[in-house]
Amino acid sequence: MTTFLGLPVHAPRGVGHLRGDEPFPDAARKALANTQLRRNIGHATATIRAKRAAVVAELDDWEQLRLAGEAIKTATMLRLDDHLEQLERRVTERGGTVHWARDANEANEIVTRLVQATGESEVVKVKSMATQEIGLNEALEEAGIAAFETDLAELIVQLGHDKPSHILVPAIHRNRSEIREIFLREMAGVDPELTDDPRRLAMAARAYLRRKFLSTKVGISGANFAVAETGTMVVLESEGNGRMCLTLPETLITVMGIEKLVPTWTDLEVFLQLLPRSSTGERMNPYTSAWGGAHTLDDGSPDGPRDFHLVLLDNGRTATLADEVGRQVLNCIKCSACMNVCPVYERTGGHAYGSVYPGPIGAVLSPQLTGVEDNASLPYASSLCGACFDACPVRIDIPSVLVHLRAQHVEEQKTARRLPTPEAVAMAAASWTMSTPKRFAAAEKASRAARVLGGKKGRISTLPPPLSGWSGSRDAPVPPKETFREWWARTRDVPS
Amino acid sequence: MSATGSTDAAKEEILQRIRSALGSRPAAEPAPRDYRRAGAEAPGSSALLDLFEDRLVDYKATVHRTTSDHVGDTVRSVIATLLPQGGSVLAASALPDEWLPEVTRDTGFTARELDQFAGVVTACAAAAAQTGTIVLDGSPDQGRRAITLVPDLHVCVVRAEQVVETVPELLSRLDPTRPLTFISGPSATSDIELQRVEGVHGPRTLAVVLVTP
Ligand code: SF4
Repeated sequence: MTTFLGLPVHAPRGVGHLRGDEPFPDAARKALANTQLRRNIGHATATIRAKRAAVVAELDDWEQLRLAGEAIKTATMLRLDDHLEQLERRVTERGGTVHWARDANEANEIVTRLVQATGESEVVKVKSMATQEIGLNEALEEAGIAAFETDLAELIVQLGHDKPSHILVPAIHRNRSEIREIFLREMAGVDPELTDDPRRLAMAARAYLRRKFLSTKVGISGANFAVAETGTMVVLESEGNGRMCLTLPETLITVMGIEKLVPTWTDLEVFLQLLPRSSTGERMNPYTSAWGGAHTLDDGSPDGPRDFHLVLLDNGRTATLADEVGRQVLNCIKCSACMNVCPVYERTGGHAYGSVYPGPIGAVLSPQLTGVEDNASLPYASSLCGACFDACPVRIDIPSVLVHLRAQHVEEQKTARRLPTPEAVAMAAASWTMSTPKRFAAAEKASRAARVLGGKKGRISTLPPPLSGWSGSRDAPVPPKETFREWWARTRDVPS
Repeated sequence: MSATGSTDAAKEEILQRIRSALGSRPAAEPAPRDYRRAGAEAPGSSALLDLFEDRLVDYKATVHRTTSDHVGDTVRSVIATLLPQGGSVLAASALPDEWLPEVTRDTGFTARELDQFAGVVTACAAAAAQTGTIVLDGSPDQGRRAITLVPDLHVCVVRAEQVVETVPELLSRLDPTRPLTFISGPSATSDIELQRVEGVHGPRTLAVVLVTP
């Protein structure tokens, strides 16, 4: 552990899942060759897009909610230290214990120690991005502790010895017959007559996990929100596995990024509307649990875990906060709407991004958590079409942050007097996104960022890569206002 | 377990990193709150109850209307319909006696014991029509969280005046220091090819008994 010198500290190498094994263009090219994968992803994103659009249209105050969400999160980050200290006080008053983890290694050590202190060797887990980010399951396994993922998709991923490919529906790259095969092969005690009917598959998971839920004494979760003013932790879910993990064990350990705070209980009224509609396209997800420390009911009887531990995780978040343009990415509520509208994600799927955070949000979050040199190709994994901004419930300007990170990368390369990296060159060619001249022309026309760069003169002389390969040879007129998404919808006949 | 020396050092360092990241700290703009907070309809109005029912049914819950002097009979008939094979039923420890005096009250059963019950009956703390959401807060007529989680059928009695229109109105009626469970339809998954399957780990059936005075 280094001592603090005032410089931003990124997520350490060698632990967790924020870095891929290969640069985005190479991984993307392989993914593009996989037709089954592309078909599954295309179907999933189109379905969720349509559901989201329908429930968003039901609210006539959607834009006001987005503006409120953006403002609340932005203000929270500017007082993050005060809010965190308040959260710690409240959780402690309510009988919980708060732990602080500078990075993935420290968080893994804390959780491992807490589980060991219970004497247990098995834990049940509810889907959590933070614990995937830090590679908690692997750390526990090294300590001889088995972690059972209980979200159906996570279970499919875990039993398939696979990686998640989408934040919301992590097993979306698998179809029903693949899932059936995985269950038949890996699930102890499964009915050999199991069919590939989704209901039968879900019931097989119910039977398999119920034994675990009823007997396992330690639960591990993430959190969607924590309310600083009241010390209330909030988890949204659909299947009831979250309630099982949060309620039945004797010990509950929650790992949460330090950016997941909201200051007041009232603030939640905004996010409990924005998140479900943006995420699963539901008015409200089936279950939301809110709890504090260890609960005792009015008659003195206990309710839920006796021991509650909250682990607050930095792992590159303070480094992200240090960047005035990039810090807005910490406002993300992990809804995955930006993925579902992204033409690049739709074609490559989540694995190509290397990190547990795929899609547009991953392209701006992972490089900031790790330092841009460790994820140098991700800021180029976009056509800057702006669909992600339009979909984002907290109005994160992902295209601008992408451009900002590209500039940072190019600056670093210049300072180091290096030639452009292979990924910058590959992305400049960008044959995989811009595979036809028509598409290419439309993509650059639609670039919101290009509009901004054009300024008052109405001419653009430099564009960030991959478009720089083209604008380098001549000035480009400032593109008209039709966005790539509009063009995409108009030319491909999909609901926008 | 108390905070250890190492996490104290970690806390100081993280707070220090935040302060240094924020530098001179620009003042934050107050958040605009011009979204809809109050609903157009009064709590418990018949338009709201219709909306609430519509939303619940859309998410595959069943809704059974009754009046305050027929709650017990309605719950009995719901249970008879939804548990045709029979099976034992549990109630929150202080469910009103006049509702279902014959049903076993929760006395702190273990999770495995709860698994032997086919159904559970509770009241609720508040509900929102716009999203079809019911909230339980651990009050004696609702019980601890486990009892509405392990049995396969949850019959929830909602009184008309508990139904508000919007999510902001719902939250303003709740006490955030209590253990809260927000329920919007039975559990569901869409993890396999996006095909929705109702009823995974929580109760696979949610029946709402909606009581008008
Ligand atoms: S960036 Fe916005 S749209 Fe994307 S996951 Fe985060 S909150 Fe959702």
